[in-house]
Amino acid sequence: MTDTTHPEPVYVVDSLIAEDIDAYLDTHQHKTMLRFITCGSVDDGKSTLIGRLLYDSKMIFEDQLAALEADSKKVGTQGQGIDFALLVDGLAAEREQGITIDVAYRFFNTEKRKFIVADTPGHEQYTRNMVTGASTADLAVILIDARKGVLTQTRRHSFLAHLIGIRNIVLAVNKMDLVDYSQSRFDEIVADYRAFASSIGIEDFVALPISGYMGDNITTLSDNTPWYAAPAYFGRSLVDHLETVEVDTTRDLAKPFRMPVQWVNRPNLDFRGFAGLIASGSIRPGDAIRVLPSGKTSTVERIVTLDGDLPQAVAGQSVTLTFADEIDCSRGDVIALADNPPQVADQFEASVVWMADHALIPGRAYWLKIGTQMVSATVQAPKYTINVNTMEHCAAKTLELNAIGVAEITTDRPITFEPYADNRALGGFILIDKIGNSTVAAGMLHFSLRRAQNVHWQALDVTREARAEIKNQRPGVLWFTGLSGSGKSTIANLVEKKLHALGKHTFLLDGDNVRHGLNKDLGFTEADRIENIRRVGEVSRLMTDAGLIVLTAFISPFRAERDLARSLTPEGEFFEVFIDTPLDVAEARDVKGLYKKARSGALKNFTGIDSPYEAPENPEIRIDTTKISPADAAELIVAKLLGDYWMPEI
Amino acid sequence: MSQGLARSTLTHLERLEAESIHIIREVVAEAENPVMLYSVGKDSAVMLHLARKAFYPAPPPFPLLHVDTTWKFRAMYDLRNKMAELSGMELLVYQNPEAKERGINPFDHGALHTDMWKTEGLKQALDKYGFDAAFGGARRDEEKSRAKERIFSFRTASHGWDPKNQRPELWNLYNAKKAKGESIRVFPISNWTELDVWQYIHLNDIPIVPLYFAEERPTVERDGMLLMVDDDRFPLQPGEVPVMRSIRFRTLGCYPLTGAVESSAKTLPEVIQETLLTTTSERQGRAIDKDAGGAGMEVKKQQGYF
Repeated sequence: MTDTTHPEPVYVVDSLIAEDIDAYLDTHQHKTMLRFITCGSVDDGKSTLIGRLLYDSKMIFEDQLAALEADSKKVGTQGQGIDFALLVDGLAAEREQGITIDVAYRFFNTEKRKFIVADTPGHEQYTRNMVTGASTADLAVILIDARKGVLTQTRRHSFLAHLIGIRNIVLAVNKMDLVDYSQSRFDEIVADYRAFASSIGIEDFVALPISGYMGDNITTLSDNTPWYAAPAYFGRSLVDHLETVEVDTTRDLAKPFRMPVQWVNRPNLDFRGFAGLIASGSIRPGDAIRVLPSGKTSTVERIVTLDGDLPQAVAGQSVTLTFADEIDCSRGDVIALADNPPQVADQFEASVVWMADHALIPGRAYWLKIGTQMVSATVQAPKYTINVNTMEHCAAKTLELNAIGVAEITTDRPITFEPYADNRALGGFILIDKIGNSTVAAGMLHFSLRRAQNVHWQALDVTREARAEIKNQRPGVLWFTGLSGSGKSTIANLVEKKLHALGKHTFLLDGDNVRHGLNKDLGFTEADRIENIRRVGEVSRLMTDAGLIVLTAFISPFRAERDLARSLTPEGEFFEVFIDTPLDVAEARDVKGLYKKARSGALKNFTGIDSPYEAPENPEIRIDTTKISPADAAELIVAKLLGDYWMPEI
Repeated sequence: MSQGLARSTLTHLERLEAESIHIIREVVAEAENPVMLYSVGKDSAVMLHLARKAFYPAPPPFPLLHVDTTWKFRAMYDLRNKMAELSGMELLVYQNPEAKERGINPFDHGALHTDMWKTEGLKQALDKYGFDAAFGGARRDEEKSRAKERIFSFRTASHGWDPKNQRPELWNLYNAKKAKGESIRVFPISNWTELDVWQYIHLNDIPIVPLYFAEERPTVERDGMLLMVDDDRFPLQPGEVPVMRSIRFRTLGCYPLTGAVESSAKTLPEVIQETLLTTTSERQGRAIDKDAGGAGMEVKKQQGYF
């Protein structure tokens, strides 16, 4: 200790270590674990508090202390005193900037518990880091500078902690030494905070007056705040509270049994075990279970571990189960209590925290990982985003880095889930970019948007609707029309790719796959061209009956034939897409050299040259290719369909 | 460890064990060609034990890889071979052929020794076998830059680490997706402390190298470090005479780079007792962290060191 004003650390060395190591080990063996997060900005003294906790619990060794003292003199902000913050600011770049830019994990022990602290930065641009640190925390310590009171950042940190579902909130009013340990100042700050907390739904919190730098009320109650011992106050030290507060695994135990299957263990023909981490509840041999999403049931035969079979396993344990019956069960399935299984659905409302530099692209397919399930999913444009500083709901078309929004999510197949508020393991998910492979978002499922459809459990009449429903889509015809060389096929292809990526079942009909087979008996006379389009219309209708989304790319120059095709499909399922490219532009492109041939007379009945093109009068979608690129056109068409056609039904 | 359990609250070691097993299984489920780096130290011992638990009654479905420097203590080679046999796993031993040819050794080549045998050797071995995920026994409490490293730590095709561009890691959802050529280093015991490791070894009776226990051994003192003379590979300097001292090791690396401590701790509880009462941090016995100032490990990691 170089600074005599610091109180002596309390957790010097547990005397049991020296006197009776076996007794000490026995105590340590039965310790529980608490994971918590500290939230505060650079100036709130967060790193100093953590450094203090490590120091007081003897997690700092002599050599580290020597390095710390030297560093404190060189770059410290505490004059000649020890700058505890230097202990926890890890990466070289961060030390230079003097701020914490990532999540760092710290460890310390007291007599009762092992602690893992997620140390995260407080600035708004590090919202994603804080959410990451909070995701595994049982408790959040919200730091406030006593001189400054409740600030925007306090509100932001509290909101995020609450969003992630942390129930234990500790308001640590820090730097009390700099306000003369003023009781009235403390009261004022706590009252301010209470008003805010209840407005965002935080039901309960505890408030402590502390000084991380001086050590007040960290491990023991401080003589500097005698008023704090009065019944109106929490009246306990920070460490005392951390040692005794209830942890989340205890709560998880009271919930129904759920275990996502990680791995099927099959070393030989006689053994088939299902390995996983129990998310909630407990299990014993003989318990009836149900495997989701198939719904198959069996009973647990054994709970297998290297140390022998267990009579019972509980939430938080990694185990391997065997069943009495040979039923299908693989990675991604969830084993649950037979008479109280979780839901299965494919459309949800969720909170999404965007964590990537490139913004959300609504409608694009991302990987969604929830539990051990990995599925393709799309996120719609958010219903609203939440301003993390003012809690206001804002309209937004996308989610940028650090944005938090509420949006609808569709998965390409049903997943087993529970609302995040009920079960973190079955309600929390991440989104992964399919091309860059990075984790771009974290999310929390609120509820499913339509009743779970357990297609395996009930027989369905195979109707037009049933065929479409199993594909999770509304069928339809996208009828592209336009001059030769207008870009119909190019754009139709791009649209199909996008729809496919969204998990839609599609089929593209064009000259290539129709003229060579079904219509190879037809030429290019006016009569043949009409018959060509009639057949395409009929085929499109059959395909929509099968539940498909059909894209057709034909010049289809005559209004009457297009109207015929429209009349074959049910009301509202036909979309005329007019690829509007002026004749001179199309002719200038002349990709296939057809205009040249037509002009020279080598090609007869060529639309636009010696055969008319009747432009649509009221197409559902019109694309002016002189103004936008094929990619943008495809984007626009898909967006319009998502907005007007597929979404309202959901 | 948790046999006969009928309690509601898991202990910290039970939670750590469950988390590590979960991590190991996720990697095996999602990676194409995983491997476990096995350094024969106490952290490796715990990691291997956890892997055996994760897949029991099957043996862990991946090989062990020892990136050998040829300068390990003899006792380490003995235990390595024994544990490979006990676990039923394939043991791959890799020695950097260039380092071997050039006779790189810790006495004459200093930092180059670590660079060539370990850093380069590891990269070569991973490339040679095409491993896309490698388990390592590093812990976050060891060193500052480790404290910020993810459990799933991504490496570029050239094995580089970018500390500023790490993937967010939420709940227990790990993202193992990667492009061809990229790989992941996975640290299943990230959240364990040195004390946790010792206690777990104690409770589970996990075999470790006898050098962790005190015994009379021949030693010399050099640059403030107590070095053990393991065999005649150790060149004595003029005037140096090995002295018998009761010593043990807190960490095990290449024997000339690893300092011993004087000790009388012959049992695990005594070792733990000594660890808890000691006032210097674990890695101080290793010369490797002293290079390049305070940021030594961070720089090494960016270059591809584990």
